[in-house]
Amino acid sequence: MNDLKDKALPNLVQNLATSNLDLDAPDKPYLDSNELIINMGPQHPATHGVLRVILKLDGEKVLGTECVIGYLHRGVEKIAENRTYTMFNPYVDRMDYVAAVSNGLGYCQAVEKLLNVEAPPRANYIRVILTELNRIASHQLWLGTHALDIGAMTPLFYTFRDREEILKIFEKYCGARLTTHAFRIGGCQYETYAGFEKDVKNFLAFFPPKIDEYETLLTSNRIWLERTKNVGVISAKDAIALGVTGPVLRASGVKWDIRKALPYANYADFDFEIPVGENGDTYDRYLVRMIEMRQSLRIIEQAVNGIPEGPIMAKVPKVIKPAPGEIYHSIEAPKGELGYFIVSDGSTQPYRLRVRPPSFVNLQALDIMVRGMLVADVVAVIGTLDIVLGEVDR
Amino acid sequence: MVEKYKPQYGSGLDAQSYLGQNYFTVDRSLIPDILRLLRDEEQFDYCVDLTAAHYPKREKQFDVVWILYSFARNERVRVKTQIADGESLPTSVPIWPTANWLEREVYDMFGIQFTGHPDLKRILLPDGWKGFPLRKDYGILQQDKEWVQINLGIESGQ
Repeated sequence: MNDLKDKALPNLVQNLATSNLDLDAPDKPYLDSNELIINMGPQHPATHGVLRVILKLDGEKVLGTECVIGYLHRGVEKIAENRTYTMFNPYVDRMDYVAAVSNGLGYCQAVEKLLNVEAPPRANYIRVILTELNRIASHQLWLGTHALDIGAMTPLFYTFRDREEILKIFEKYCGARLTTHAFRIGGCQYETYAGFEKDVKNFLAFFPPKIDEYETLLTSNRIWLERTKNVGVISAKDAIALGVTGPVLRASGVKWDIRKALPYANYADFDFEIPVGENGDTYDRYLVRMIEMRQSLRIIEQAVNGIPEGPIMAKVPKVIKPAPGEIYHSIEAPKGELGYFIVSDGSTQPYRLRVRPPSFVNLQALDIMVRGMLVADVVAVIGTLDIVLGEVDR
Repeated sequence: MVEKYKPQYGSGLDAQSYLGQNYFTVDRSLIPDILRLLRDEEQFDYCVDLTAAHYPKREKQFDVVWILYSFARNERVRVKTQIADGESLPTSVPIWPTANWLEREVYDMFGIQFTGHPDLKRILLPDGWKGFPLRKDYGILQQDKEWVQINLGIESGQ
């Protein structure tokens, strides 16, 4: 901290000394434009956690950015090497803590792949229902906070009100609302509670009018359009080169979703569309996520009507000791491709566990998305990337 | 695919498969060439992930792994190479810009240098930190006590 102060001061002084305020020169602007470096965060309401962005500005125009991350680093990958496969399961919930169910699904499936077991059909249906509910909850939280950053306060109250209904289902199912630890390696630990299907069906009837409500607030709202159209544009080519995935990639026009491209669980059984955008701007990303919520409802509807009877756990040994080898498995988390690369040495603990976090990789695109835009747009772009710092820093 | 390039690269390139997932083991000296070939000729245009694993007992202590995906082929492949402690790898940022932060993270956690990287510095840990936590000889309770005491003004981070 002291270091920073000492370094920053002489620069400032030097800038003041060298800036030439020649007011008489007619061909020069009234004041010389000086590059200004300002610090946004780490404690800033619009950074959705502890993200520090160093902005290089010319007036209000952004010339470049640098992200400083790691404030939430807990060493999840190191912890994994010192826990058994079963013990590590709850830790993954703490990465993307607004989509804990997705994290758990990815981890459990990765270990199942390593063990070469398949979860039974009923477990897969329960998994799909909960994961898609979680996708909706994650998108709701994104919409509320993103709209709040841009200045629309009402959606926040609406989305949090409706997200409550999903959290109630989670709470009834496994006792936790946020860090759910809903799944186990080999299936699900809990059978659905009495009335689970009714609750889910009630939600299916309850939620579509609510999405319409969000859309009346925003989709053709002039202020919203002004703040999001052509803001933070990223082309499909750039998005692929930067490894961007999830709704951000799809809004740039790439029709790619791991649920369709490399289906996992039983997503191949369900009928749903992948929404794509055209311009790759903040408004398209908004539309893509809104349609995704409706598509998730379609998946849940098919799953809850087709849920079979049967066991919910595959035959998995009590002590999980996969054969030596390496696998990579990824799922379509609400934010993008969430992958687990696990190296097993034949013991009860992973030899190496690597998490491929979508937020971390997507955040890298911030710089090219905000160059040439205004400071206020940086806030909009951070919101539209839908990052969760727990996952960026792990 | 490997059949096609085997005559060109000989024993430096080998293909293997485990549980239905394919990976190449590639000699370190072939690293930028094979990666560029995979992107340009075989359409692996998306670098999913780049990571490493530490095997302190081996002579070549590190496995470095690229996970690649091709949208056109809808196929995933891994490229694996082994390097010794202190050896560096050529950067793959010119091939896939996404490797920028991924290489920084590998450097941060394992201390592997990537030559030609535009800005190779720590990413998750603070700049002045000593040690590379994901190496096997770095204990789970170990930390840079000096850094913690100077910068946070507390005795220990535990």
